[in-house]
Amino acid sequence: MPKRTDISSVMVIGSGPIVIGQAAEFDYSGTQACRVLREEGIRVILVNSNPATIMTDPEMADATYIEPIATPILERIIAKERPDALLPTLGGQTALNAAIALGEAGVLKKYNVELIGASLEAINRGEDREQFKKVVDKAGGESARSDVAHTLEEVDRIVDELGYPVVVRPSFTMGGLGSGIAHNIEELHRIAGAGIHYSPTNEVLVEEGIEGWKEYELELMRDKNDNVVVVCPIENVDPVGVHTGDSITVAPVFTLTDREYQRMRDIGIAIIRGVGVETGGCNIQFAVNPENGRIIVIEMNPRVSRSSALASKATGFPIAKIAAKLALGYTLDEIRNDITQSTPASFEPTIDYVVTKVPRFAFEKFPGADPLLTTSMKSVGEAMALGGNFQESLGKALRSIDKRHLGFSWDGERPSAEEVADLLEQMSTPTENRYLQVQRALWGGASEQQIFDATKIDPWFVKQLALIKQTAMQVREAETLDARLLKKAKLAGLSDLQIAHLRNLGDEGENTIRELRWNYGLRPVYKTVDTCAAEFDALTPYYYSCYADESELRERKREAVIILGSGPNRIGQGIEFDYTCVHAVQELGKNYDTIMVNCNPETVSTDYDMSDRLYFEPLTFEDVMEIYAAEKKMGPVKGVIVQLGGQTPLSLAARLKAADVPILGTSPESIDLAENRELFGEVLRREHLNAPRYGTALSVDEARDAAHEIGYPVLVRPSYVLGGRGMEIVYDDTQLEKYVNRALDEARADTVVSGRLPSPLLIDKFLQDAIEIDVDALFDGDELYIGGIMEHVEEAGVHSGDAACTLPPSTLSDDQMRRLREATLSIAQGCGVRGLINVQYAFMANTLYVIEANPRASRTVPFASKATGVALAKAAARIVVGESIAQQRANGLLLPKDDGGIIRPGQQVAVKESVLPFKRFRTPVGKTVDVLLGPEMRSTGEVMGFDRDFPHAFAKSQLAAYAGGLPTSGNVFLSVNDTDKRQLPLMAVRLIEFGFTIWATEGTASVLRRYGIESKIVDKISTRVDTAADAPAPIEHAEGSVGKNVVDLIEDGTIDMILNTPNSRGSRSDGYSIRAAAIAADLPQFTTMTEFSAVLMAIEAVKKDDYQIMSIQEHARQLFAMERQ
Amino acid sequence: MNQNDSVASSFTPSDAVLVLEDGQVYVGDPYGAVGSTCAEIVFSTSMTGYQETLTDPSYDRQIVVQTFPHIGDTGVNNEDPESSRIWVAGYVVREPSPNVSNWRASSSLDDDLAAQGIVGICRIDTRKLVRHLRSAGVMRAGIFSGDTLKDPATGALRSIDSLLAQVRQAPRMKGLSLYDEVSTEERYTIEPAGEFEGKEPLFTVAAVDLGIKGMTPHRLAERGCRVQVVPSTVTFEQIEALHPDGVFFSNGPGDPEQSDPVVELLRKVLKAGYPFFGICFGNQLFGRALGFGTYKLKFGHRGSNRPVKDMTTGKVEITTQNHGFAVDAPIGETVPSPYGNGEFGRVFVSHIDLNDDVVEGLQCLDIPAFSVQYHPEAAAGPHDAAYLFDRFVDLMASAKKGELLNA
Repeated sequence: MPKRTDISSVMVIGSGPIVIGQAAEFDYSGTQACRVLREEGIRVILVNSNPATIMTDPEMADATYIEPIATPILERIIAKERPDALLPTLGGQTALNAAIALGEAGVLKKYNVELIGASLEAINRGEDREQFKKVVDKAGGESARSDVAHTLEEVDRIVDELGYPVVVRPSFTMGGLGSGIAHNIEELHRIAGAGIHYSPTNEVLVEEGIEGWKEYELELMRDKNDNVVVVCPIENVDPVGVHTGDSITVAPVFTLTDREYQRMRDIGIAIIRGVGVETGGCNIQFAVNPENGRIIVIEMNPRVSRSSALASKATGFPIAKIAAKLALGYTLDEIRNDITQSTPASFEPTIDYVVTKVPRFAFEKFPGADPLLTTSMKSVGEAMALGGNFQESLGKALRSIDKRHLGFSWDGERPSAEEVADLLEQMSTPTENRYLQVQRALWGGASEQQIFDATKIDPWFVKQLALIKQTAMQVREAETLDARLLKKAKLAGLSDLQIAHLRNLGDEGENTIRELRWNYGLRPVYKTVDTCAAEFDALTPYYYSCYADESELRERKREAVIILGSGPNRIGQGIEFDYTCVHAVQELGKNYDTIMVNCNPETVSTDYDMSDRLYFEPLTFEDVMEIYAAEKKMGPVKGVIVQLGGQTPLSLAARLKAADVPILGTSPESIDLAENRELFGEVLRREHLNAPRYGTALSVDEARDAAHEIGYPVLVRPSYVLGGRGMEIVYDDTQLEKYVNRALDEARADTVVSGRLPSPLLIDKFLQDAIEIDVDALFDGDELYIGGIMEHVEEAGVHSGDAACTLPPSTLSDDQMRRLREATLSIAQGCGVRGLINVQYAFMANTLYVIEANPRASRTVPFASKATGVALAKAAARIVVGESIAQQRANGLLLPKDDGGIIRPGQQVAVKESVLPFKRFRTPVGKTVDVLLGPEMRSTGEVMGFDRDFPHAFAKSQLAAYAGGLPTSGNVFLSVNDTDKRQLPLMAVRLIEFGFTIWATEGTASVLRRYGIESKIVDKISTRVDTAADAPAPIEHAEGSVGKNVVDLIEDGTIDMILNTPNSRGSRSDGYSIRAAAIAADLPQFTTMTEFSAVLMAIEAVKKDDYQIMSIQEHARQLFAMERQ
Repeated sequence: MNQNDSVASSFTPSDAVLVLEDGQVYVGDPYGAVGSTCAEIVFSTSMTGYQETLTDPSYDRQIVVQTFPHIGDTGVNNEDPESSRIWVAGYVVREPSPNVSNWRASSSLDDDLAAQGIVGICRIDTRKLVRHLRSAGVMRAGIFSGDTLKDPATGALRSIDSLLAQVRQAPRMKGLSLYDEVSTEERYTIEPAGEFEGKEPLFTVAAVDLGIKGMTPHRLAERGCRVQVVPSTVTFEQIEALHPDGVFFSNGPGDPEQSDPVVELLRKVLKAGYPFFGICFGNQLFGRALGFGTYKLKFGHRGSNRPVKDMTTGKVEITTQNHGFAVDAPIGETVPSPYGNGEFGRVFVSHIDLNDDVVEGLQCLDIPAFSVQYHPEAAAGPHDAAYLFDRFVDLMASAKKGELLNA
């Protein structure tokens, strides 16, 4: 029975901003779905608030709305577009929740929109704990003994029954948000209290602890004829207790017999039927007791998930694409297997390689956050690798993570017995370093049994880790590294670099090892991911490397361009770079064979459908060189593009060029001109541009001297960083010394010589009260095309990746715009850019400062592209292969005359707002880490608000970023620092006009009183150190105080919005408690005055409730029409 | 195309060498027993259940290549074997497990293979081998290790040509009759199990052992049947003497064309009107009894992920398969069974493999008989097709009540 004929238009909801637990994988699934629906002739209406996605590209849907995923906005879109059906299963929990809300609000019924993919009843059966338990029982499975609670008293009663440890899971949250394991009453109340809050239904499940059990996942699909397949089983190497998103996972399963696996499969199939997922996919998690094989069903997601993206990449079975077809009424046997093109999709992939996924964490961004891994996901990204065996696969995955110290290392002395004892103790609580601890302990002589006892990692995996160590020791101790041993080392997943270190040759020894390996003729071969373990011929060129005999690469006729992707998502290098890479692939594919290299399973770029060839490989010099060499044998290669994937590929540029690999676009020398402080300073001097005064330092003394010369406050950071890692605003000598000493501690011991760092710290003048601007531009050597000029809403000092910004700029004058254009042209010329460049500027007292330049795609490129209706990365890709901007204007990729650097009257305004992950990060005693924004980037994702003017667009951006958006009345708490107090009264008057009641600390209230503005006074918060939660706070009531401090008021739900501008970093603890409480309560809070004035304008817009809805297709037509006039 | 396709024709005495009939050579490490073995080489794509695979009598006289990269992780236990011994003639894997991790394990696979004298090879490019077998077709091969690599007279390493000559002396699978060598010698009984344990059997099934897997009688026993497993040499009269409610023909090794005695036996069973169910080899014999031909597949169906469509319901099931031969019958139409001028009435192809449209099941409309080419008993593999045992039980129930089938 072919597809349904009664559906001609479908609305797809995306997953919104990238947050922990819901990342780029939904761009991959949503993009697949949109493509499938359009291929089927369906009119697609897409809604997603995240502009940095391929799915929101104009050609992916018929009408694309970059709008908040909120019921009132969705209803407007539904009223305008009148879709026949809504497909909510491909946009993560966000889309599922949005569909439930639309259903409950009666919107679906009112406009006669059918929910396809999953019914509301099925969603509820899958997500509601009690209903799901019944399904599991009926399926013949077991659930952990548990009960549901809505209050802490109920929680206590349940634990009396079950005993500790217990797992607490809130209902209807994603990525395990708010869940955790409690071993005692303190932990229980902290976790359950937060969980009840985070659950939209204020409900938590409390269940028996099964920590240490083996953990598995199944990805299943079902069609309307009740055919079910298991696409892929996944085994978690970390046992139950660590969220699967934070675990190292492997596919398929390695430590179950067929009987056990089939039992799990039977239960899984009965569950997908019982829940009633009629057309689509689901993910089910299981725990298996290693002592006796007892199976417990943990949970299921009745939708496409992160794990399904992983399973799709791991097997070549495109779950989202097939889910979309099933939703249209196809059955599995009617759908072809893309890869073989000869067999149907109604089969279960079988694989003849090992897939390993390793999570990428960002704890370094959140000092003070508890590094313990729990059932609440904390990783920000992941890398996947495929290998011929587990060791090879693990080694490749660990080096794909692109964190230098995360690969196994045997540098230095063998760990002592005391250290081994320490390590065994440390590894018993899971952290991101657990596998390093295990490897070190094994090196120090720990037995496999000891490792198992400490970690409960299955003995099979422990043995594999021990074998890696054994091979490493052989490499280290062998007199000569003969071909056989070197091959063994490669099969154990050791990189040339690791081998060089084992041979005591240092970093440079990597080249020696490579030459030796090549002399031995020892090169990786490339095998195909084919869904069928070679049983059938595979037509899709999706490759991975391994050390074996036969390579399966095919010869090419067309010239090839290799595009290096950005690797695992991390803070500062996220989905935006995948977006730009995909654009290059799409655009260059017209004239070249595009070859994509990447290792991030959550992305569109690693969809085997996107490029002519896909290499799922680590982005290291060794791996990239081998691909280049192998491809050169298959046909002509024009070169490698490094400027689109962010810092990871960019950092390979110089070495690749030195190895005679042609780098397309901006040359490595030019990259260095922009990235090297001294050289860039030269460029600026030559072009008569200002930079904030700066200096460099290798030691405490040098740093102090530099800071005194520049004048405090200063911005300190290490050189060559992305996303401002390790940056800090420093106000005095004490803070500066602390910073430098910390940097010395963090640098590897063997690189610090007599108190000096191996590479310099950069110290800049910090620009206070300045306006910061981001400019994205294209340069072809001759002409400059401004992609967009984005004005930050916050003042300078907030990392550009965390700041809200607006395009077109809201306050810049024509003259300032002209100066920005001229400066950008000078820098692009001075550095010799070919392709994209991003420059960050600041105007302080109308003086233009150049803060930094990045000769590559920046994270604002997707936003600027969407806001200006021009695909900048596509144009950049063509410039990189030698075409001019004039040609791009002629072929319609760029505007024919002007560019994105002018403001057209009547043009829509786009506001980008950042989304921050603070909720996920808590200190060891359960407090939220400080949310203060600074020069260190911390946001994971972004949203775009799009409307006719800045206030409306800003209001939408807030609605998209925070559930509920801005309040329009209620209680606002104000606490501002002395510098900001002058700006406050006018704002306060406005708030009162809106109908807000003002609450303030004594100091702020006193200023307001002098302006005749009444406010309620709250107590100051006594300074509490965040490591001593239980220290009782002494109560000092202020005069006229309501007798409560603001944290109490936030916790009891009185406060609706907060303005809290911080003092300097040294005296921030008071503000910290406020910000932490606000995060916990999910309140909108603002930390700068400029942003708050935007907020006031936006509240006015919200009150009017006159948002405009415009699809980006309409927007682009409007812009091109304006240009023609 | 194959940048590293250095045909490794040099080896040392400590290596194991796999030589294919067409001259391809793979050098790896010895695995299991040391020695030599020559037989047809086939591959299985199952990701789980190596213990069931090894003990499946249908693999008699076949060297099995596992596509799954890690084998032996869960060791061996006393519950999962499908028969009393390992039947494969040789074993080819990529990475044998260095340890055993499973609560049910009683021993390691490595030890078990060595103890049972199964010669194997490991750490070769199994994917290259499988791709070759897929395109060239299955063929004869030999695994050599230890002293068999040496010339007994001189003690020098043998040449590839010498090994190849030995491979080419092995018999081809086409034309081999093997079911007698794997069948039980004595009749034995499996009593009702599970919820029927200790109860009076609902039905008695005579199961002709042509290489039967242990799970098959178990699946019947779970449904209340007493299963009388009889040797392949059983006579029709001996079957009648058991007063069975139905007759079952099992899976088994070898060429179905070399099986006239059991085909004749089956025709007698069908003529007598016994409800009949056949699996795998039993399906091929059923096809032959009805007058269809059989043929050898290029590389066979061996794995547990193959989609089979039940033509009567339109539903797809994921199946375990292990067959190198198939029945040649027309798909999509009901025809009079060719044997004896339609003596057995109308028949149609009830199941097909969706990957390549190979016949996976036959069903008669006028006599109570059907069969499938794949393995509804699974072991190893998915349980999707377990309903076929219910069908057989229903068939016996109807026959017992004297109901007419599909009248």
